Amino acid sequence: MGYFLKRLGLALLVALVVSVISFGALRISGDIATAIAGEGASSEDIEFTRKQHGLDRPLPIQYLDWLSHALQGDLGTSLYFRVPVAELIGDRLPISLALGCLALIFAVSLAVPLGVVAALKPNSIVDRLALWLAVVGQAMPTFWFALLMIVVFGAWLRWLPISGNESWKNFIMPAIALGYYATPAIMRLTRAGMIEVLGLDYIRTARAMGLRSGTVLFKHALRNAVIPVVSLTAVQFGFMLGGSIVIESIFSLHGAGHLAWISISRSDLPVVQGVVLVLALIYILLTLLADLLNAWLDPRLRIE
Amino acid sequence: MLVSKLKFIAFGSVAMLAAGLAPGPQAFAGKGDDTLTYAVQLELESLDAYFNTSRPGLILSRSIWDQLLYRDPKTGAYLPALAESFTWVDAVTIDMTLRRGIAFHNGEAFDADDVVYTLNWVSDPANKVKNQRNVNWIKNVEKTGDFSVRIHLKDPFPAALEFLAGPLPIYPNEYYAKVGPDGMSRMPIGTGPYKVEKADPTTGTVVMVRNENYFPASPRGKPKIGRLVHKTITDKDTIVAELISGGIDWAWKISPDQVANIGALPHLSVIGGETMRIAYLGMDAAGRSGDGPLKDARVRQAIAHAINRQSIVDNLMSEGSRVVHAVCFPSQFGCTDDVTKYGYDPAKARALLAEAGYPKGISLTLDAYRNRDLAEAMLADLAAVGIKTSLNYTKYAATRDKVRAGKSQMYFMTWGSYSVHDVSAITSHFFKLSDDDTAKDTQVSAWLEEGDTSPTPSVRLSAYAKALKRIAEQAYWLPLWSYSYFYAFSKDLDFVPSADEIPRFYSSRWK
Repeated sequence: MGYFLKRLGLALLVALVVSVISFGALRISGDIATAIAGEGASSEDIEFTRKQHGLDRPLPIQYLDWLSHALQGDLGTSLYFRVPVAELIGDRLPISLALGCLALIFAVSLAVPLGVVAALKPNSIVDRLALWLAVVGQAMPTFWFALLMIVVFGAWLRWLPISGNESWKNFIMPAIALGYYATPAIMRLTRAGMIEVLGLDYIRTARAMGLRSGTVLFKHALRNAVIPVVSLTAVQFGFMLGGSIVIESIFSLHGAGHLAWISISRSDLPVVQGVVLVLALIYILLTLLADLLNAWLDPRLRIE
Repeated sequence: MLVSKLKFIAFGSVAMLAAGLAPGPQAFAGKGDDTLTYAVQLELESLDAYFNTSRPGLILSRSIWDQLLYRDPKTGAYLPALAESFTWVDAVTIDMTLRRGIAFHNGEAFDADDVVYTLNWVSDPANKVKNQRNVNWIKNVEKTGDFSVRIHLKDPFPAALEFLAGPLPIYPNEYYAKVGPDGMSRMPIGTGPYKVEKADPTTGTVVMVRNENYFPASPRGKPKIGRLVHKTITDKDTIVAELISGGIDWAWKISPDQVANIGALPHLSVIGGETMRIAYLGMDAAGRSGDGPLKDARVRQAIAHAINRQSIVDNLMSEGSRVVHAVCFPSQFGCTDDVTKYGYDPAKARALLAEAGYPKGISLTLDAYRNRDLAEAMLADLAAVGIKTSLNYTKYAATRDKVRAGKSQMYFMTWGSYSVHDVSAITSHFFKLSDDDTAKDTQVSAWLEEGDTSPTPSVRLSAYAKALKRIAEQAYWLPLWSYSYFYAFSKDLDFVPSADEIPRFYSSRWK
């Protein structure tokens, strides 16, 4: 319980810092009163808007006001779409989350088995093949891979839809493109972890006691080897949520990443602020969950 | 920026590959299920036409709503649409008789109350419609009968008919009073040739079906295609891929580099068409950005002579683009080409600079937000005569705001006149002493005011001509070129582009 409270307190502290940074950074980057007043507004209009929205008050007061609204789920109104930011993010976030989850599932289901197989026979052809796959995944730009898939599976074979998010089929290519990039890191960590664990005494003991190799591998070795992989996977998922902008743009998935990107280009500051905050909170939550999961997998962490 | 360049190269290669490998045309969905799917790049900010400044919103609005009048794109004549007839009572009053028997998509009957409510509501500044310029000439509208209205103008505004035929759709008063702009955006209701079946702001997709009860007297004619799907695809390369795969039936603004490959595909047609959008090089003649060399007309004229516009048009623009000399699109009312023309003459440019006291050249900054390749071509031409120019390439809003704040020395921008065929939509917009006016020439402004408010066409033409000549003579702006777009669409589709940048899908048909 102590470990949990400590981690939770740390996460809340980080969330608070993130909120201060996202609030401050965006206030510094542009005059929000000019953006709200809109195209063609006179200086008087802008000043009126500044007073009307309380933007003439000291920044700390504005921050506390914004934070109290944010805690109640009110993230302001989009200057471009003219709808509440929370509603806008609520519409778009499920798309990014679905994409991130599918990409992660693809990455883990490819990387972990590959890592295990590679670890079983280090420096064999299987290991080299897995390494080659990892190098290709890391070296190839995501957008290039995405375009290749579009050409082959969308334009040429016409098996999969190219753009939009109308059905689950629309997510196949984006998830593979996004997930493949995360595969090498997970695969290499799994491989390294497995090689290390498989060389430990308790594995040798387990084998000497006549346990089946499957049991040794999956019940005893993998559970310990995947501890760092869990943390990495949580981090990768965070990166996927934030970093899916290019993929969302290429496949015309109207998710939160894409929303943030177009909002930056339109100076729609409330939306940018809202998306940054929500994605940061998800990232913090994921890290917290990874810590707790690690503690469950490895009780020694709880004592520390 | 690097990523987008790499993407461009990457996609160019793979598109060529795809064009070569693409199998023969399959049974494409478009004609097969009578659904025309077209793609646009920009997301809709709102489906309410009065709260949307983007081109896709304008395109969509022409399918969903009708206006009181309709401007025939071929003849330029104002034809009756929701209004059966109209009369100018005097310079500030228009009487309109409305058509009977028309219903909105929700069944609400169209009558004078709808016109009165719509135009009074949108012209009330408190309601903050996005394009105030489209409505701020309306004083008020009164009902003179169940099917007749009187429109009062604040001042004489001869271009009123152009606006009534363009960006002023008529809304159902009861529905709009109930749902407001937000509700109208969620479910647009009009009298137009297509009614919205489903609008999904998350995907930027709007599905429309043919309005089977569309009034037969409409100058737009009965729509021929059963369903329209408006799809937002923000990545232009993905749009091309969708065209190749048959996922969409129509797209525009195709890159000239991809035209040959796309045109070679058996199921697609590619055609070019000039638009009303012109590019211009604005210069800080009033010296708001500081006491710089651009205050001297000879320096501005030197710049005009230094840039080889024809070469840029010939080598870098799409087919159909042309060099323009006046600050307007040639077909707009009041536009004249009889102005000072600056031919490409580097020697004369150098001589003018020397005459202005800058024999060793000058240093300037150019602000731009689009067509980086064209901006860089101009920079090279300027450098050749001794005008060292650094490029400040940012987003549109940042460039615009910098110009308005009087902080830009020189800016490369474009203007599409909101498809309004009148000089008041461009020249008057930029040269009547507003924040957008970087010349601040009171004489030009006075001439434009005369042109904007005189009810006599000959007086208007004369006043506009004087203003345009003076602008050209002083080189306040260097008008650059018109834009031409390439349209790519299914070979099954009979589509005719028009210069006002509004694809008329209601007039298109399957072959």
